[in-house]
Amino acid sequence: MREPGLQTSDPGGEGALALEVEDLRAVLGGRPVLNGVSFALEAGRFCGLIGSNGAGKTTLLRTILGLQAPAGGTVRIGAGPAAGPRRGPPAVGYVPQRVLLDPDLPLRARDLVALGLDGHRAGLPLPSPARRRQVDEMLAAVGAEAFADQRVGRLSGGQQQRVLIAHALVRRPPLLLLDEPLSSLDPGSAAEIVALLGRLAAVQRVAILLSAHDINPLLGEMDRVVYLARGRAASGPVAEVVRGDVLSDLYGHHVDVLRVHGRVLVVVAPGGDVPDPAGHATVVGGREA
Amino acid sequence: MFAGFMLHTWLVATVVALVAGVVGLFVVVRGSAFAAHALPLGAFPGAAAATLLRLPPGVGLAAFALLGVAGIARLGRRGARDVATALTLVTLLGLGALCLSLTSEYSAAIYALLFGQVLGISARDVVVTFALGAVALAAAALLYRPLLLSSVSPDLAAAQGIAQGRMDLWFLGLLALATVMTLPVVGALLVFSLLVGPPAAARAVAGRPLAATFLSAGIALAIAWAAIALAYVSNWPVGFFVGTLGAAAYAAGRGAAAWRSRRARQAVAGAA
Ligand SMILES: Nc1ncnc2c1ncn2[C@@H]1O[C@H](COP(=O)(O)OP(=O)(O)OP(=O)(O)O)[C@@H](O)[C@H]1O
Ligand SMILES: [Mg+2]
Repeated sequence: MREPGLQTSDPGGEGALALEVEDLRAVLGGRPVLNGVSFALEAGRFCGLIGSNGAGKTTLLRTILGLQAPAGGTVRIGAGPAAGPRRGPPAVGYVPQRVLLDPDLPLRARDLVALGLDGHRAGLPLPSPARRRQVDEMLAAVGAEAFADQRVGRLSGGQQQRVLIAHALVRRPPLLLLDEPLSSLDPGSAAEIVALLGRLAAVQRVAILLSAHDINPLLGEMDRVVYLARGRAASGPVAEVVRGDVLSDLYGHHVDVLRVHGRVLVVVAPGGDVPDPAGHATVVGGREA
Repeated sequence: MFAGFMLHTWLVATVVALVAGVVGLFVVVRGSAFAAHALPLGAFPGAAAATLLRLPPGVGLAAFALLGVAGIARLGRRGARDVATALTLVTLLGLGALCLSLTSEYSAAIYALLFGQVLGISARDVVVTFALGAVALAAAALLYRPLLLSSVSPDLAAAQGIAQGRMDLWFLGLLALATVMTLPVVGALLVFSLLVGPPAAARAVAGRPLAATFLSAGIALAIAWAAIALAYVSNWPVGFFVGTLGAAAYAAGRGAAAWRSRRARQAVAGAA
């Protein structure tokens, strides 16, 4: 049987590696969640991390960040050393799955972005021209100038998402991790955020790893994908991974990939890994039609 | 009321108000009002314990405040902060009930610690308060950005390498320091109103962190001064004025914010 975890990105890729994950294992509450996950990501790539609820997407991202100690394997970020528990701010931008911002916070959108720049430093956030310029540039890059001076807790979900992306990117990390940033957005806003991320990857050469349970909103922009199931991963260019044979190996069960009107439906036959009490075919990583 | 013996009162109240206003902003932003309620109440029995051991009351306050910090931080490590805070509070209050039952002769001093005492502040008290105040304000300034980010979102802070547990400990330490300084002046029952009223009002009006911090300190200062003046004139306890003025400041802050947003809506409607 082919090892899905070993299917990595194109061997002739010329870009420098922004992230290399090797045989990563994670255990939560005594249960293995990641069981040997390997993939690599080059600078400037936009990669989707796809898996159903509980597949381990958040666990994988937190382990890459060093917020959670791996039970085995290595994470290499940029040219840096393999990560154990890290000291100091890591060179990775992160947008967590849920960020609840109190509407009464005395904090404007631009203040939150500025904290992304120097929130870990001691001392008062005194205004400085250099700081202001960097923050303004980042706000413009994510299209958040219009609400930069409003309280961040009172912005809409999509507006907050833009501000959080600016917060994560303002220190210009080579790698940006986003945990389900599209889950609370309407299709239009989701498409805008995905297009924005595609631009950031292309223009600023950031490697982006974005988790989602639906692959479709990402299809136009993403050029790499990591599929997560049963603690393992299948990864590579979209066309090479989102295929019946590859995903059947990953899920350990027969899987069909249907392409309908430019959309992808991944259908797991009854009894597959995905919990399916009704015993019907289950759609994973594609919106139920 | 500006006689020489009142000078110490004005000096101490000024420092105490500035510290309470600044630390209080983090209390409100962090959503830690319960801890700000529990620490002064839990520290108060320390004074009774100290008199029992013939130590200065301030030593007992500091010791019990530190016990409170340790309890809340240690028990609250796995979430369930409110439960940890409540358990710590009732434990300290239980100790206090025991100590109080053994020291009935000091009831006047105990009463002063519950409701505040603005007279009889010695020159030594002033020096100690200034030293503690300088430490508290310097620590707040140094910790400002990491503490703010961890209060806004622990996840965002963690992604920048700011450990939540350590920030919690720093915050509780600051809160304990503010408590020990504020408690003898405004009383254990009313420290809370000076820690929460001014920042809640400031945050309703000011939308930027530093502006809200300075405004909070300013409101706390105004409340403390007004409370002392009114207490002096009326002979009513200072705690009464601190409590009512704190609530009034909060109501005024909310009112001002509501008035501003109505004005903004009218401006939009007028332009359309
Ligand atoms: N703190 C924890 N203790 C024990 N088990 C946990 C913990 N956090 C997560 N798990 C388990 O680990 C597995 C993976 O969780 P994870 O949050 O990584 O999934 P996910 O892919 O992000 O899911 P979702 O799409 O719902 O966000 C789940 O089965 C979950 O129950
Ligand atoms: Mg998740």
